[in-house]
Amino acid sequence: MTIGLNHYLIVAAGLFCMGLFTMMTKRNAIGILLGVELVLNAAAINFVAFDRYLGPGRVDGAINALFIIVLAAAEAAIAVGICINLYKNLATVDVDQATSLQG
Amino acid sequence: MGLIGSAASGDVTMPVDERTGVMNAAASGGWLEAVLFYTVAGMTLVSGLGVCVSRNIVRMAVWLFVALGSVSMMYFLLAANFLGAIQLIVYAGGTLVLLIFGVMLTSKSPWARFDVGKIELLAAAVVSGVLLGCLGAVITATRWHGVEGMVPGSSVADIGRRLLTEYLVPFEVAGVVLMVVMVGAAHLARQEK
Amino acid sequence: MAAVGNWAAKALFGGHPVALLFLVVGPLVTAAAALGAALAVKTWRGWGRFLYRHGGKVLLSAVVGTCIAVWLTALLFGWVTTDLVARADDPSRTSWFGAPLTVTELTGSLPMLPGWVAVLLWPLQFAIVRDLIGLGALLGFFNLIPMYTIWWERKVAGRIQSRLGPMRVGGWHGWSQSIADGIKLILKEDLIPAQADGPLFRAAPYFAVIPAALAFLALPFGATYVFRDLDVGLVFVLGVLGIEVVGVIMAGWASNNKWSVYGAMREACQMVSYEIPMGMALLVPVSAVGTLNLVKIGEAQAGGWFDWLAFQNPFIFVAFVCYYIASLASCKRAPFDLPEAESELVAGFHTEYSGLRWSFFFFAEYAAMFVVSGLAVILFLGGWQSPLPSAWGDSWGDGILAQGLKGILFSGPIWFVLKCVFFLYVQLWLRWTLPRIRIDQVLYGCVQVMLPMTMILLLGNALWVWASTSERGSWKVIEQITNWILGLIGATFALGFVVIAAYGFYHRRRLVGNLVQDAMAGA
Repeated sequence: MTIGLNHYLIVAAGLFCMGLFTMMTKRNAIGILLGVELVLNAAAINFVAFDRYLGPGRVDGAINALFIIVLAAAEAAIAVGICINLYKNLATVDVDQATSLQG
Repeated sequence: MGLIGSAASGDVTMPVDERTGVMNAAASGGWLEAVLFYTVAGMTLVSGLGVCVSRNIVRMAVWLFVALGSVSMMYFLLAANFLGAIQLIVYAGGTLVLLIFGVMLTSKSPWARFDVGKIELLAAAVVSGVLLGCLGAVITATRWHGVEGMVPGSSVADIGRRLLTEYLVPFEVAGVVLMVVMVGAAHLARQEK
Repeated sequence: MAAVGNWAAKALFGGHPVALLFLVVGPLVTAAAALGAALAVKTWRGWGRFLYRHGGKVLLSAVVGTCIAVWLTALLFGWVTTDLVARADDPSRTSWFGAPLTVTELTGSLPMLPGWVAVLLWPLQFAIVRDLIGLGALLGFFNLIPMYTIWWERKVAGRIQSRLGPMRVGGWHGWSQSIADGIKLILKEDLIPAQADGPLFRAAPYFAVIPAALAFLALPFGATYVFRDLDVGLVFVLGVLGIEVVGVIMAGWASNNKWSVYGAMREACQMVSYEIPMGMALLVPVSAVGTLNLVKIGEAQAGGWFDWLAFQNPFIFVAFVCYYIASLASCKRAPFDLPEAESELVAGFHTEYSGLRWSFFFFAEYAAMFVVSGLAVILFLGGWQSPLPSAWGDSWGDGILAQGLKGILFSGPIWFVLKCVFFLYVQLWLRWTLPRIRIDQVLYGCVQVMLPMTMILLLGNALWVWASTSERGSWKVIEQITNWILGLIGATFALGFVVIAAYGFYHRRRLVGNLVQDAMAGA
């Protein structure tokens, strides 16, 4: 069976929803971060799949995916810094306990 | 040649990129391409499921590593070789190691678990399921006019040229962002004296 | 015969040539080989004595035989793709499973050979069959390199420490010591600590070994001896080598042992930090040649000693040294071997591993050593080109024998392997000579020394390459003089090494010492 654009898009959609589920159900702050990484990867797969199927020979999708990778790395660095600070202040990374700003 | 090479295609002639003279092509509908795609897609979805369902944070990170590796393989299948290699270097070998460091610096014991209530799990599952359903419906209902079969893949020279001409501003801004992030992360994670 | 082959292939599985290879030919050949070996061992009592006396010659002939077999297989594959398949009468018509030629046609186009040859050649038309055979060869190489590097390391360590190293197992200088060790490790009890994370503990060695094996996919041994000529070969190899960190961290964490965790953390820190100077130092020759394709980089250095990239440019020369040092850190080799610091951390991240699982980590390490040496050779030292100027062989023509001779003398996989082996030797030599560096010194070296140095090299090289694009005569003279000076410096080092090694070899008995000399003949 020929693999078409739909196949890749559905895989990316599945990955996106799994990342969303992870973000919604994990109490560990780093766990939420892992969900974010899944979501970003799903978006990047979409870019590259469109690149290959709708514009053969074009690299715009690949460049966008490149920027996604770079920015995801940057965001993960800062987020891990935040989690470490959370751990230093609360002795836990359980986000359910980070309620001091809750009004 | 692309990583899949002529093994995945039915015929022997391959498109040559005129500018760079390099053969790089996405596979055309051979049986090998289908086998590889389903294997890689299966790995991606199973490892994504592993990330969702694991309750131990270290195991979640390992499943994420498998997911990132599978996504890299998917890039190779889509003939974006450079991107696949960069995904391995930056994401799997860099970002993931950073996340694992974060996990290890913030976990109290290897078996610590944070559990969520059943209602939250159900609600999240419903929301994700509905979103997946909607996305799937939209994707299959749209007529994409996609080009299947043998197509030339992306070449590194092209990416490099575009990064320095069309995408120069985002490229420079990304550089500045990375520098800011480096300083910021070093400051955030500093030792308090 | 050909008709029988056709019928058998079609009737047996109604499916694919891969199935033919896997389900029929593969098991039959393996079973026959195993049976033959078992019979030989059982019936011929004298094999132990034979190997003991002639072990060295067996080894040498095995190596030479493998080289010839690889060369002939490459010729065969080349012939099948160019001659046979291209001679198919009607390329658009394909016979079953998509093969351009049926067995009957093959037999017809090779009238001088018997029918069974055509049956054997028929599956080779499929790229996937050729790929599988190539993968088998790569996996074999990947398995042999660590075994013999470990044997050689023990010999080198011994000689540096005034002793002999393995001498008994198999006879000549203990050449089968690694095989014996492998058998011992396989037979050991599979110990997993009770509190360890079971699945992660079991999976970690595979996460370490698979990246090291993957790197061989893009590593060119010769201009046509490459499994996949990737346009982004260099980035692929670097990316795949960087994944090894994850396996090591998993191993350290899953062992539930604080020494393992310390070792794993130090190793992750070190490996990830040194990837930066490694990558930047590798970018220096890449920007001089203009491509990430490893085969093209190797071909750009054709012509002899003075055409190698390391001698084109003082920046590339220094980048070579920077890359080599960074690659030592990336492979966790001394002087950067804190992760396995035996005298400090028991055994670092693989403390709790024993038996076959432990050996997987060592396979990964030694294979990675070969791969980084391979990258150094391809990017800086001419890859598979020999130091002899290839212009000498231009008039020899194109026959098979002339090509073979040119492969041995001027440009061929044998030179690649020899150069890699030399750099492996330097890594072994450094391990047993230099003391270990502390982790803070390691990171200081990375961030405050190598990183600025590689940045300056990159900038300097960019300016040099830009200046070279101008056609000014005076610049060409400067380039040529620099080329000669750097080439002469390199040649001095190489020849100096050869002279000192020859001296050491000639006086080896005196250097090893009296006790050893008296105890073992043939030392």
